[in-house]
Amino acid sequence: MAPANRALQLASSSRKKSSNKKTTVARQSGAMSAHPLLHTQGLLECYRAMLRIRTLDERMMTLQRQGRIGFYGACTGQEAACIGSAYALRANDWVFPALREGGAMLLRGFALVPYIAQVFGNSGDITKGRQMPSHQAAASVHQVSWSSVIGTQLSQAVGAAWAAKLKKDDTVVMAYLGDGATSSNDFHVAMNFAGVFKAPVVFVCQNNHWSISVPTDHQTASESIAIKAVAYGLPGVKVDGNDVSAVYAAVAAAVERARRGQGATLVELETYRMGAHSSSDDPSRYRDPAEVEAWKKKDPVERLRSRLFALNAWNSAQDKALQAELLEEVNTAIKEAESLPPPSIATLFEDVYQGEPWHLKEQRAELLESIKRHGR
Amino acid sequence: MSELSYRDALNQALNEEMSRDANVFLMGEEVARYNGAYKVSQGLLDKFGSARVVDAPISELGFAGLGVGAAMVGLRPVIEMMTWNFAILAMDQIVNNAAKLRHMSGGQLRCPIVFRGPGGAGGRLSSQHSQALEAHYVHCPGLKVVAPATPADAKGLLKSAIRDDNPIVFIEGELLYGVKGDVPDGEHLVPIGKADIKRPGDQVTIITWSRMLLWYVNEAAQKLADQGISAEVLDLRTLRPLDEEAILTSVRKTNRVVIVEEGWPLASVGATLTDLIQREAFDDLDAPVQRVTGLDINMSYAANLEAATQPSVERIIAAVNQVLYR
Repeated sequence: MAPANRALQLASSSRKKSSNKKTTVARQSGAMSAHPLLHTQGLLECYRAMLRIRTLDERMMTLQRQGRIGFYGACTGQEAACIGSAYALRANDWVFPALREGGAMLLRGFALVPYIAQVFGNSGDITKGRQMPSHQAAASVHQVSWSSVIGTQLSQAVGAAWAAKLKKDDTVVMAYLGDGATSSNDFHVAMNFAGVFKAPVVFVCQNNHWSISVPTDHQTASESIAIKAVAYGLPGVKVDGNDVSAVYAAVAAAVERARRGQGATLVELETYRMGAHSSSDDPSRYRDPAEVEAWKKKDPVERLRSRLFALNAWNSAQDKALQAELLEEVNTAIKEAESLPPPSIATLFEDVYQGEPWHLKEQRAELLESIKRHGR
Repeated sequence: MSELSYRDALNQALNEEMSRDANVFLMGEEVARYNGAYKVSQGLLDKFGSARVVDAPISELGFAGLGVGAAMVGLRPVIEMMTWNFAILAMDQIVNNAAKLRHMSGGQLRCPIVFRGPGGAGGRLSSQHSQALEAHYVHCPGLKVVAPATPADAKGLLKSAIRDDNPIVFIEGELLYGVKGDVPDGEHLVPIGKADIKRPGDQVTIITWSRMLLWYVNEAAQKLADQGISAEVLDLRTLRPLDEEAILTSVRKTNRVVIVEEGWPLASVGATLTDLIQREAFDDLDAPVQRVTGLDINMSYAANLEAATQPSVERIIAAVNQVLYR
């Protein structure tokens, strides 16, 4: 079957019934059969990574409420989607994230102390105190900075994928987006270009059902996000985004397809934003608490924990110990990161351009002189 | 007269104009059920219903274009941009279309539309959320650009903007929403294109607009007064068309000028004002015009870097001292 036809089948099948059904549809497809679900060791690694973000996010939201950091966008409820998808990547692949994929950076080896220093925006931050929290960038782990402007990363990701094609390497680019971003101009441009150029890119949509206060059915009249792929000649797959194995299986298949030169895929991960959009939001003003409670029963971290218990791969004593270990790790890292001094004012003028133009040299001298005389 | 926040003054203007004219509607991200990202549209969905207070899918270009189309056939849309930073995505509709339709159609079409939302720094929101972009729009013929500093001006100018038959870029100060001030009740219209002397003085004119007035200029003027220097503070309120008469009258009175602007220095509103003043009032000047602007760099998240990037009371006083040769 031609890819477009298979996509149509997948996307239209995925419109039916429950999320479990959707997962089954994805698992049964031909593309998936070559990719076994995560083995126990993989599940344990994912569980650790997911619990680590859960712990980190809870602590960061507390710091924000205490006024110790400026802003934070937590991934709570979406850990399986974030970790299960990033787990399918190789080190040389690139991540073009949206707001909630800081966990992908950590999973792929970025250290916790500089990560938290970025949230404080101090001298331990490799972005030099310039970028907002949850907008990190680390070239060392091939993750770029998210643009606050919704959807921008998507066309950029196609460009990065096109570059891999030109350079004839086997890098794959993963572009994350939320359900809201599917309304953006860049979404349509990116999907179309990816189809036309057969670019090695995987679009991973974390459909968490809410764009701040706007529910998905006010964002799109489509039956699903996945079905949008059909019109662009791409496969579209929808899976249960709170099942880490399903996420991994679908995304790994799409990544391998891209790596084989067969082009892009849109993967819709159906999940739920259990908390606020960001530290600036209070979802109790617009969301039915019953809906939140229903999704809490599908909490991806608890689901994976139960599954590991059922597999006899994990027990509650180990779990308690891991929770304590991760909390200690996060708290130690916060302590170390928070103790670092603010960025030096003199660094303000760096990186505006490659090489420092005369007028910025002059501005720096004036500013430092003014600070010397007036204190600022 | 009531004491209202800048946010509530804008809300009152929208409420009054939507009650007065059924052709006025509000569209943007989060404006309806969430009552606006900054709560400017509080209560409007309940009062006017979902056909006139509309949550748009996330595409600034899309809902700006929808507004332009609706305006061409007789409605008076108010299009809320969550921030002017994101409105960059809508510039094709604002600059290539709204600004030009009347002219391109030989006067057959009109585009009575207000694009409004917050601009400028917002408090540790970094470079993509903190830009003062008014100069981009001031550049464009066909547009009018408004940037009120006080709650009373916010209400009076928004009402005038909604009634204007031209496309209006209405830039609110992101940090001003909570600022309180006296606002006339009911029909209060501030004409577009009129500056306002916020503090009379005779030794130096400080020209500014929007948040710079309340954050830095008022305090600098008071400190200067304590030192025996009488500064006149001129709030432009409208940046296009410029109130040249008010600017030149003040310059001819004080003979010295400092311009305070949140945005970047190159090709800025302040640069245009300086050009105007040197051409029209060269013989009245006792010193070269000085400008205090945001630094010529992108905004940072770190609090100390953010503060250092913006104008300050100290930099304004230093500029005044320079034009006074003190």
